[in-house]
Formats: sequence, C-alpha cells, structure tokens
Amino acid sequence: MWKTVARHLLSRAAEARAADPAVVKTLREKVVASKLGRSLAIRHVSAGSCNACELELRATQNLVYDLTQYGLSFTPSPRHADILLVTGVSGKNMREALLQARAGMPEPALVVAVGDCAVDGGVFKGSPAICGGADSVLPVDLMIPGCPPSPERIVQGLLALVEANVVPARVVKPRREPR
Amino acid sequence: MILLSHEDWKAKEGRFIALWTDARHAYALYEPGELVAVELVDNAYPALHHAGAGWFQRLAQDLNGHKALGAADIRPAIDHKRDTDGGGLWPEFKSPEVEGVHQVAVGPIHAGIIEPGHFRFSVVGEQVLKLEARLGYTHKGTLGMIRGKSPRLAARFAARVSGDATVAHGIAYARAAEVALRLEVPGRAIYLRAVMAELERLANHTSDIGAIAGDAGFAFLDARFALARERICAAAAAAFGHRLMMDVVVPGGVAGDIATGGAVAVFEALDALEAELPSLKRIFEDYASLQDRVVGTGIVPPNLAAAYAAGGYAGRASGQTHDSRLLPGYPPYETFPLYVPVEREGDVAARIRIRLAEIPESIRLIRDMLHSLPDTPIAIAPPTGSGEGLGVAESFRGPVWYWLRIEGGSIADVFIADPSTLHWPLLEHAAATAILADFPLINKSINGSYSGVDL
Ligand code: SF4
Repeated sequence: MWKTVARHLLSRAAEARAADPAVVKTLREKVVASKLGRSLAIRHVSAGSCNACELELRATQNLVYDLTQYGLSFTPSPRHADILLVTGVSGKNMREALLQARAGMPEPALVVAVGDCAVDGGVFKGSPAICGGADSVLPVDLMIPGCPPSPERIVQGLLALVEANVVPARVVKPRREPR
Repeated sequence: MILLSHEDWKAKEGRFIALWTDARHAYALYEPGELVAVELVDNAYPALHHAGAGWFQRLAQDLNGHKALGAADIRPAIDHKRDTDGGGLWPEFKSPEVEGVHQVAVGPIHAGIIEPGHFRFSVVGEQVLKLEARLGYTHKGTLGMIRGKSPRLAARFAARVSGDATVAHGIAYARAAEVALRLEVPGRAIYLRAVMAELERLANHTSDIGAIAGDAGFAFLDARFALARERICAAAAAAFGHRLMMDVVVPGGVAGDIATGGAVAVFEALDALEAELPSLKRIFEDYASLQDRVVGTGIVPPNLAAAYAAGGYAGRASGQTHDSRLLPGYPPYETFPLYVPVEREGDVAARIRIRLAEIPESIRLIRDMLHSLPDTPIAIAPPTGSGEGLGVAESFRGPVWYWLRIEGGSIADVFIADPSTLHWPLLEHAAATAILADFPLINKSINGSYSGVDL
C-alpha cells in the first residue's frame, strides 16, 4: 500500500499556488463589506466562447490542479453562487441570459472575466455580432486574461478572490499570561 | 466548381456536406470535395432536399439574406431578433399533439461548464417525444471578421471557430489557403500538423469518454481520463508552446518547430495513457450499471446517419465508414496505414467504443510520425496571390471543411463547415428515443460544437 501512496504523491504535479498580493490588495478594497470567507461557489456562464476557455476551466478541477482544495467549487445554480465567472465574448444573443444569471445571484456577488474574449472581446473585438467583453454588460471585479488562460493561471487568479474575502484573523489574546 | 442549372442543382444526389452563398452564387459541397453552384435569382436559390441542408440554408438567410425557395425549415438560425438591451420575444416551440405532453426548457445557460444553447424538450412523463435545439447563442461574426484579412492574419480566427478542434480547423483553413495560392507545404510541417491533430484527438477522446462516465456516476473514470487529457495538454505545451496548440498551424506550414525535448514529453504522455487504457477500458466494459446506462441509449440508426452523411465517431458508430484522413491527397496519412473502427449499433456505448478504439491508433500514428520527421523547413511564406480553394481536415468529431476565395492577398470570401452542423439534428433524433434523464449522456456522446456552427 505504501508503494501506491508514494506513487500517487509523486504524480501530484501541482505545487500549492498563491495569489498575486497586488491583485488581492485592490480586490480587498472592493469586497471590504462582503467577507464571504474562504469557500466560494462559482456559477460559470459562457456568453459566447470558442469552448477552449471551458476546456481549461474544467481542467482546474482535475487531479493536478484540484480547485476544490482552495475552497472554490462550481455550482449549477446562480442562487447558490458567490462568483459569476464569464467566459467568451458577450454575444448579442447572450446578453439577456447573462444579465438574468447575475440578477439571480444573492448579494454580495463578484464577477470574474476569464479569457481574452471575456476581458475585452479578444480577437473578436470590433465584431458587430458582439457587445464586447463581459464588462460591456456587467461590472467586472477581476479579469484573468489568456487565450485560453492555463488552468494554473485561472486557479491563481481565483485565489486572489479567496484571499481578499478572508476575514483578517482575529488576534487571540491568551486569557492569562502563560506561566 | 461546376455551375449547375436550377433543375440539376435540385436533383443532385450524393453525400451532402455543406451549403453557403456569396454575392452571386449558392454553393453546395458533396463528398469527397465536389463543389457545385447555382446562380442566385432575386437573392434566392432552390432549396436542397438533403436532410443536412436545413441549418446551412437558415444560416445563409440570416447572414446574407438569401432565401432557399421551397425550404421546409425557415426558422432563424443565428438571428435571435434581440433588441439593443438584449430583450425580445421567444419563438414558439411546437409539441406533438399527444395527451399529457408538456415542455421542459433547458438553457441557454447549461448546468455544466459548457457552451450556451437552448434545448426544448416535449415530454410525456419522462419519455422525450421531441427535442428542438435552438442554437446561435455563441454567434461571434467569425466569417465577417475573416473577410478582408490576409491569410496569415485570418488564421487566428480559424483557430477559434471551435477551440476543442483548433488544430483541425487550423489545418483545414491552411489547406484551403494553400490550394488557393498553389502553395506546396514542406514535409516537416505536414508531419507536425498531423502529430498535433492526433494529440488533439487524444485529448478530446479521453476527456469526453471520462465525462460521459462521470455523468453516469463513475467519477473514477472521469478523474483518470481527465488526468490523461491533462498529461497530453502538458506535453503539447512542452512540444508546441501551447496546451491546445492554438495558432501553431499557419498557411504555408507551422509557426514553430517542435521544441527540444518536446518529443520526449509527448512519448511520456502516450506511454502513460497506453499503460492505463486497458484497465480503464475494463472498468467501462465490466460494470453492469455503467453498461446499463449506455447500451441501447440514444440510438442513431445507420440509415439516419447516412442521410445526414454524418462523419466522425457519430457516423462511424452508426455504420458510416468515412474518415477524411483516408481521402486521396491528405498527407501524410497516405504514408501511414490507418485502421478506422466502424460499428452499427449507433448508441452511446458504440460511440464510446469507437473513440476507445481510435486512441491506440492515434498513439501509434504520433509515435511513427515523430520517429520519421522529414528534415525540411517548417514553413514557406504565402505569396500575395489570388485563387479559390477547398480544404479538409479530420477533427476528433469528423471532417472540417473550409472554402476560401482570396483576391490580391486578402480573403474575399469564406465558409466554414464544422461536422457538428450535421450532428445536431442527429442529437435531436437520438434524444427523442430516450428518457430525459439520459439526455446528458446522449448529448456528451455526440458532443456537437456550438461555436463551430454558430460561426
Ligand atoms: S479567450 Fe480565446 S480560448 Fe477563450 S473563448 Fe476566447 S478565443 Fe476561445
């Protein structure tokens, strides 16, 4: 059995990741009142992707990146979600659905744009069929660029949200001076 | 291209692949690459009777305002008639007139991490009587973005028509441009393209088989197949600089050579998959509860697959033998023997078995190709010419076709036919043979691309 355990330890390729402190700092100011804590539920919406961003988003859940270890998980319902994660351009045909998904979420909620398309339209910038990036439809709190961003980059980006939402640890004073 | 009379156009038989229009003509493409056309009269052309023509004719209406005279299906395709604020009316979905029938609406936002589309089921109890798929939500104006660009620049759009098949789209696009510009691609580029195409096939086959098993409650298979896909993507990044190998194929060749150590990374990923595959296959075959979900589920009978000229695993699981890699003039597959598995059951299980059988084939092809890479340049610069060209590549889900007209170094017109266009109607049929709870399995087993047809 030890052999199996050892082998599996070796096959866990990803090291622990950390959020970019600068991003965390700006986000903290935004979420100052929310303090959702360490476990955040994500509702994903593709508003007009090429489907590659979804492939890499799904890959964040695989054995190597294991997104859930950081407290982040996907939920099918916007009602259970803290984060609206948008991939793809905001196509004119998806505008209404995207707004409805956002409206269905409890406050406070955060919006994340993943992939160049969601950041600013990507290669499709200027196409008459699209509104633009996600922020042409909704206010966006965090952008994770890339075409598509690697699972590693997505995890790292999302970690900033977790960090920003953590209630600063209360300094626990010992009740009496230790003897 | 052969110009036909309206009568001959309508009477034409064959395996229909695609239809599109430009300013003056309507074009129809048949296997193995036969292109015919008719002249438009008053922005209209006679509708074709082929089962697969529907979506193309609706698309031509929405994109170019060209009518298919006598077409049975005139629903809008990508034009959802939205107001500027995104609102607008829903179309009417008709249910069969049966006692107790009601509708279940799903989408455009789906439960999983996938593209958007709307499914309207008419059900009695749990039995699905009819499925109507409303697509077009991912319409990005890709064809319009390609027009007016140089062949080199437009490659970025071809690579983003359907991201899961970015390499195949890149190859089909590049081959169309190379035919139009009469360009001879160096041997090394041809081999590297094929290596990437087979890696892409492996990445999709593994992750999709796992996802289907996951939907049937077999999380273990999902996890292991997802790991196989992850290893392939990591190897692709090491060898070609991008996990999905996007933008590596360009007209004239490939954008970069395989990196030092890239082949070793690829071999290691293949070895790991090859070592684990027999045990994963055994789990798939041995568990009655898994087989119970997939055998006899979502049947596409061979005559239906033939009517739609379905390619890829969706066609080959239903008796179709076509694989565009077997077509003459598709290098380098002429040099490497290729076994194409075919089944006749047409259910979810058969589609999985086809994909399982294609995995060792792709592994063998990649090894053979990487061991015999020709020592030539990797690309030649495309000249500023004019011409028209067709290109095809076999993506993991079937043949991808591109048609290009290049004038004075920029693309005057383009059409893209992803195999999904012919697969979506098959999904509508297959869903109506099953219960609602089996739909996710059936849908994943066919796995049509939304972006690939919404264009
Ligand atoms: S950012 Fe790139 S990969 Fe993501 S949806 Fe857009 S084109 Fe596809």
